[in-house]
Amino acid sequence: MSFDASVIRKDFPVLQRFINDKPLVYLDSANTSQKPQSVIDAMTHFLENDYAPANRSAYSLAAHATDLFESARSTAQRFINASQPHELVFTKNATEALNLISRAWGEKFLKRGDVVVLTHMEHHANIVPWHMLVEKIGIELRWVPLTSDGQLDLTDLDSLLDGAKVFSFTAMSNVLGTITPVKELCDAAHRAGAIAIVDGCQSVPHMATDITAMGADFMAFSSHKLCGPSGLGILYGREELLDAMDPFIGGGNMISDVRLDGFTCAELPAKFEAGTQAVTETIGFAAALQYLSAIGMDSIRQHEKELTTYALDSLNSRFGDDIVIHGSQDVNVRGATISFAYKDIHPHDVSQILDETNVCVRAGHHCAKPLMRILGASATVRASFYLYNTPADVDALCDALEHAGEFFTF
Amino acid sequence: MPGLEDLYREIILDHYKNPRNRGELDPPAVRTEGHNPLCGDEIQVYLLVEDGKVADVKISGQGCSISQSSASMMSAAVKGKPIKDVKTLVSRFKHMMSIDEDGAESIDTSAPLGDLEALQGVVKFPVRIKCAVLAWNVLAQGLEQANA
Repeated sequence: MSFDASVIRKDFPVLQRFINDKPLVYLDSANTSQKPQSVIDAMTHFLENDYAPANRSAYSLAAHATDLFESARSTAQRFINASQPHELVFTKNATEALNLISRAWGEKFLKRGDVVVLTHMEHHANIVPWHMLVEKIGIELRWVPLTSDGQLDLTDLDSLLDGAKVFSFTAMSNVLGTITPVKELCDAAHRAGAIAIVDGCQSVPHMATDITAMGADFMAFSSHKLCGPSGLGILYGREELLDAMDPFIGGGNMISDVRLDGFTCAELPAKFEAGTQAVTETIGFAAALQYLSAIGMDSIRQHEKELTTYALDSLNSRFGDDIVIHGSQDVNVRGATISFAYKDIHPHDVSQILDETNVCVRAGHHCAKPLMRILGASATVRASFYLYNTPADVDALCDALEHAGEFFTF
Repeated sequence: MPGLEDLYREIILDHYKNPRNRGELDPPAVRTEGHNPLCGDEIQVYLLVEDGKVADVKISGQGCSISQSSASMMSAAVKGKPIKDVKTLVSRFKHMMSIDEDGAESIDTSAPLGDLEALQGVVKFPVRIKCAVLAWNVLAQGLEQANA
């Protein structure tokens, strides 16, 4: 079956909406994605027919809910080609997954003066947890800089990694769309004796992920960016690392025994899943993975390459010097997230005018303030595309930008 | 649905294009600053209080048209005014933005706001209220710091 975004679009109820008689032009998928009917149906069906606690009670309804919950884990395992399901831990979101690593692994295995290497284009979720360890235990941070076209400058990577314990980096920038050479970076980390942590939030929804081939030690990603519900993040960790870590949050389900004088941890993955889990969301997440798999991640990546090419061509040809697009314009090294400055109009004002025609973009620092400072911008406009976006969405963006340019004539 | 003309009144755009009282002041003027984390607006207010009046005020920073024009209008409105009137104006402006603090019921809403009335339309765009109020919060901090 050939890929047709205008057909795929019909799977998404919210994209059928008209607001003030105009269609919705949703270009904020790097922020969060819309949900197909199959995901909504899976969650509704579960709530209407199968809802019960997972991993708790023995009656058959609960046993079935447990089966569904655990089969979602297996679906996710296959989706990223991890070797074992219990290497995947469900968290509240990807931010929590990254914090779980810095706290449960970092606080146990890092000591004063140990080096953690990050890059200049990380999301705050992959910066602040490490800053917290700087304050708490005195680790040292080093940063991989960027080239002028927004790619990682790997010239001095080996010396930056020399003596480092951790290299934590994004697989795709949420601002620039830059795709990083994950396997190469993981290999470099391992050569230096460091563990490799991948922030997969922007990459996993948009291209095929093979965690085994990448060789990452940890990876975090979220359900809501890949057509699944919010409230659910996924931590992948290699078994021996997860085993060696202390638990993160204590409570029910994460123990094998609790006594008056102490407790014994449960086995993986329960060890890291204290308290009642987001069972309904997990069922929706599995439906999202099945939906994306049926379409094919390679087809989605190909579609986004074509759409990004069309978007870059349109923006450049229609606005010329009035627009500054951050990052590379080579679609082979970038995803479908485009950040730009337009004339001298503040991004927040651009976004306000675009909203007149229901063109939804994000304006701001995108939770990447260090990168913003490097770009010399306090904010950018960011249009981000997904499998349901079409060339007509690009045209609507350009038309709305033209209108913004006419409105702010100075 | 409120239209863009409710938000972007001509006088607002004028203050955005030609901001009044831009610059910095040396001590003994106090410097306070604030950020709007949602969209990255930032504003610094330099405030010189003498003889119970705002003897001088300067604004620096960057951000969207609403945040910057509100700061510009504010600077024009408070310069040379007695502190007591400035404090009333801060409460009055926040009241217009639907932000009422303690004692809001005692605010005299009869006095004209002048150019500042143009920002009234911002209330119809709740996301932008923070942009409009930013400078006023920074000014209030400045008054506190100056023990005014």
